[in-house]
Amino acid sequence: MIHLDHIRRTFPVGDEEVAALREVNLRIAPGEYVSVMGPSGSGKSTLMNIIGLLDRPTAGVYRLGGEDVTALTDERQSYVRREKIGFVFQFFHLVPRLSAAENVELPLVLAGVPSEDRAPVVGRLLQEFGIAPRARHRPSQLSGGERQRVAIARAMVMHPAAILADEPTGNLDQATGKEVIHLLEELNARGVALILVTHDPAIGSRARRHIHMLDGQIDSDSAAS
Amino acid sequence: MKLSDVVRFAWRSLSGYRTRTLLMVLAVSIGVAAVVVLTSLGEGARGYVRQEFESLGTNLIVVLPGRAETLSGGGGLMSGRTPRDLTLDDALALRRIRGVKSVAPLNLVSGEVWWAGRRRDAPVAGSTMELGDVWSLAVAYGRFLPQQDPRHATPLCVVGSKVRRELFGTQPPLGEWIRIGDRRFRVVGVLAPKGEFVGLNMDDLVIIPVASAQAVFNLHSLLRIGVTVPRREDVRRVSGEIRRVLRERHNGEQDVTILTEDAVASAFDRILLALTLALGGIATISLSVAGILIMNVMLIAVSQRTSEIGLLKAIGASPDQIRFLFFAEAALLSCVGAIAGSVLGQIGSLVIRRLYPSVPAFAPAWAILAAQIIALGMGIGFSVLPARRAARLDPAAALARR
Repeated sequence: MIHLDHIRRTFPVGDEEVAALREVNLRIAPGEYVSVMGPSGSGKSTLMNIIGLLDRPTAGVYRLGGEDVTALTDERQSYVRREKIGFVFQFFHLVPRLSAAENVELPLVLAGVPSEDRAPVVGRLLQEFGIAPRARHRPSQLSGGERQRVAIARAMVMHPAAILADEPTGNLDQATGKEVIHLLEELNARGVALILVTHDPAIGSRARRHIHMLDGQIDSDSAAS
Repeated sequence: MKLSDVVRFAWRSLSGYRTRTLLMVLAVSIGVAAVVVLTSLGEGARGYVRQEFESLGTNLIVVLPGRAETLSGGGGLMSGRTPRDLTLDDALALRRIRGVKSVAPLNLVSGEVWWAGRRRDAPVAGSTMELGDVWSLAVAYGRFLPQQDPRHATPLCVVGSKVRRELFGTQPPLGEWIRIGDRRFRVVGVLAPKGEFVGLNMDDLVIIPVASAQAVFNLHSLLRIGVTVPRREDVRRVSGEIRRVLRERHNGEQDVTILTEDAVASAFDRILLALTLALGGIATISLSVAGILIMNVMLIAVSQRTSEIGLLKAIGASPDQIRFLFFAEAALLSCVGAIAGSVLGQIGSLVIRRLYPSVPAFAPAWAILAAQIIALGMGIGFSVLPARRAARLDPAAALARR
């Protein structure tokens, strides 16, 4: 499903070009559970941004579901992002003035789904993720675990093919972090590809496939061996 | 994205930052209110002047000695030389024109009026019975000057209400003899209070027959001649006739200025319309200051909401949508400001009308409409830059920042 061929990403720093990704070749099949680990600055986040279409590679080809998405226009890329990819962030990134339900609803709003069709979808997700009683609460009134659940519900609302989770437990305590990982794994069990960036080896090792990055390159990939 | 959702989202972000939103709405509404109030003031002045002219009766024609450069501008008052005087005989000749209702020759001199050792300075008008019609003067008691040969100096006078009060106090003035210059005049009537009219306080006035005035003050010519016609439609034809008659009498010389109230009124109307436009223009400046404020605050909003914009992009908002959301926010803001400003402006002009009941200070519809459109356009126009900045934001960088 995800096909990265000879992906390079360089950033200009002063007069020099610094390579965040040197030469990345990666294939991820639908429904896979992949953890991406590696030291800071190894290019994990850049890789995630490129897979999530938040960033464009300097060179190389990225195919998503058979479609070459490298050269798409910004407008078209946002469409692909909305339909196929769900993001979960370390800092949740909920809109503070909107309620939990409204945050979950947001991708549907952007997609132009009429409000009468949105309500049942959102209601079901909130129910499923155990945050229905908090639906009317603002993010500031929710606990960290609840916030991350809201964020995951938001990532799922468009039925994406893949969820990109960048340090989803980084801001949570052990117990809550575990709950969140269980929730994500549950979604993965239902067929959504899960790509997890983490520092925590205990969490990283839970994945079926482990990718380790170093200096902008894939240093080891458990699927290759 | 549904329009209703865009508006709702914009509304939520506006109500999320209450102080900032209130300040911006205030700025826009003050701008709009300024346009409304100032143009209503200008229009009020215009309406007031028009009312005054209408109260004069628009079927009045005034003949002045001297030639005006342009006929409609009222500039005849300015031109320096008077080649030939207007005489009483000129006035009498105008009486023979068909369609003329009244012809009132007029002299106006400031003189001294004496009675029983009391002295008062007063403008003295020399005219005929027909001045009553031309200036629409009403007599409180007694009667106006009698109908008689205008060349005949008779010792009669009519006094204004203030002159009566200050000269006679509580004593009955009718039949009393007052002295003007070296002649004595018998008071036959007292004018009803009228106040300021054609630049003259009618209550201060003493009116005597024109021949008497010319004798007392040693005058040989008239200040002007007032002519009325029964119907407004006749004004143009009669003015032409007057011009022709006087040219014949003045050896073919076109040396008088003929003013019609229409011409003077429309000149005033133009001046005051220009004033209204100028006031509106000044107010528009304050509106554009509000627009710049919107831009400034929106730019700050974009940098404050960087991570929110990044998130919106991550969950699939296209650059167009982001731009549109910011536009919607600015448009909503200016809409609310424009409505609040209109209400504020209407209240302002209501206060003016209450304070000065004779000034019809109503903001013209075009000014209100223009203020709304300008406010809206300003809001949207000045949000182009912030919206574009938001749309171009790099989502990866925006999300990396916490």
